[in-house]
Amino acid sequence: MSEPLLKLEGVHTHIGAYHILHGVDLEVMPGEMTVLLGRNGAGKTTTLRTIMGLWKATAGTITFRGEAIQALDTPDIAHRGLAYVPENMGIFADLTVCENMLLAARNARHIDQMDAKRLDWLFGLFPALKTFWQHPAGLLSGGQKQMLAVARAIIEPRPLLLIDEPSKGLAPSIIQNLISAFRELKQTETTILLVEQNFNFARQLGDRVAVMDDGRVVHAGSMADLVGDEGLQQKLLGLSLASHS
Amino acid sequence: MKIPDSPAQIMETLPSVKTDRLPLFLLPALALVALPLIGSFSTWVTLTFAGLAMGMIIFIIASGLTLVFGLMDVMNFGHGVFITLGAFIAVSVLGRMAGFTESPSLVRNLIAVVPAMLAAMVAAGALGLVFERIIIRPVYGQPLKQIMITMGGMIVAVELIKVIWGAQAIPLPLPEAFKGSLLFGETAIEKYRLIAVVVGLVIFAMLFWILSRTKVGLLIRAGVHDREMVESLGYRIGRLFIGVFVAGSALAGLGGVMWGLYQQSVTPEMGGAINVLLFIVIIIGGMGSIGGCFLGALMVGLVNNYAGFLAPKVALISNILLMVIVLLWRPQGIYPAGKA
Repeated sequence: MSEPLLKLEGVHTHIGAYHILHGVDLEVMPGEMTVLLGRNGAGKTTTLRTIMGLWKATAGTITFRGEAIQALDTPDIAHRGLAYVPENMGIFADLTVCENMLLAARNARHIDQMDAKRLDWLFGLFPALKTFWQHPAGLLSGGQKQMLAVARAIIEPRPLLLIDEPSKGLAPSIIQNLISAFRELKQTETTILLVEQNFNFARQLGDRVAVMDDGRVVHAGSMADLVGDEGLQQKLLGLSLASHS
Repeated sequence: MKIPDSPAQIMETLPSVKTDRLPLFLLPALALVALPLIGSFSTWVTLTFAGLAMGMIIFIIASGLTLVFGLMDVMNFGHGVFITLGAFIAVSVLGRMAGFTESPSLVRNLIAVVPAMLAAMVAAGALGLVFERIIIRPVYGQPLKQIMITMGGMIVAVELIKVIWGAQAIPLPLPEAFKGSLLFGETAIEKYRLIAVVVGLVIFAMLFWILSRTKVGLLIRAGVHDREMVESLGYRIGRLFIGVFVAGSALAGLGGVMWGLYQQSVTPEMGGAINVLLFIVIIIGGMGSIGGCFLGALMVGLVNNYAGFLAPKVALISNILLMVIVLLWRPQGIYPAGKA
């Protein structure tokens, strides 16, 4: 079995006086999509932000490709190859779609220096980006912003993509588009750590799953096992697939 | 799908979007409203040009301040000290080059003025670096402390300027070729005001180009909106901020030279005196917005000059009134820099 690309061991995070993560253990295997599930306030977003260094881990270790990264600043973590799509998408509303993409292409100083083939591949994944290429990103719909956020994160190949609730607030048809795009993205063997509350969305994409509660990972295993075990779903998530299909 | 030869080709084939041009009509509207009130066309032209010149100098000074606030939410009430330092540096440099400034030759005048401006920018930029490191860095994210400590820093720096140059006003005469007016029929336009307008336009064009056409400019605009996301993309916003702070301080130094020459004297308190105008300008413009700052500065310059002519007693509060009117229309300023 290969080594995990990302590994969290006993990670604790405090935000001010609040103790949010209580010893998170998590492994993300290369080339797979790991889904982090859990109710509101379980610590999913905090886990992603702690991995990115936006909030510092107060204890525990986070290793990426065998290197401890928990003490690094966010830009250094990004330079290691982690791309982050936050829950609010982090779109620069005053910048055009093109400028948002150029900003994420760290190696390109000008639009002409962006990888045209990769850009074209992204246009295939998210056609709306091409249509609204010169438009201010703030004018895009919620679904288009989400597509821009994901496209921006992968404008250059990144070994690990962290995505926080991409389906939140989106119409079902848009969610289907996202699922198709993520499926194609998985074929490129991009490793993804996805935070989701929408189990129906997550089960269609995830290879592995980790369920969080009260700042801890309370279950980790394959998505197929969770999907096939309604009792486990009921126990961990308080739901059954029947209510989501 | 056909692979494009270049991403630039994609841009050329797509329609552009409409931009908010309504605020651009404010300046001509303001000038046209003032014309019948002033009565004389030549006086109106003179006042309008004086207002634009004043506005350009204020823009040069305020541009750095608005970006500093936009990028890091830093309220730097000590910005005036960079103006004062720039003006006093110009006094020292031009004083030592009197042979050049007293010559009627424009070239000889420029040989003195350009180094004075560069020296002022270097000194103000260096002070800006010290200011950021020692005074502002410890109070990131603490607005009240920022206001107090930057004002305190300015008081200390002004006292140090008094130690070096004295507490009295020092004359800063215009170089010979900058004196006098150009006559267009019955309309007189002071040469120095013309120079101020040209320099202001050049600075605006440079800033506009940097912000809209370069990656650094893109980062600054993005950082104004959401600095956390900029860091997540792998850029160090702190370094960018220091660069902007130093550049903004240097521009304030340049503005100090121009303001000193405009007033033809410098005092240690000149920076503090103009601080209120700066904040009016950046609030009117929308904090963090260079375009808004440019328009706001020109409006403040025009209103100041028109009101000074039409109703001198009202002139003191004219800019406050302008700010109130603009904020009633657009509470976030003319061109707000949207924060995440």
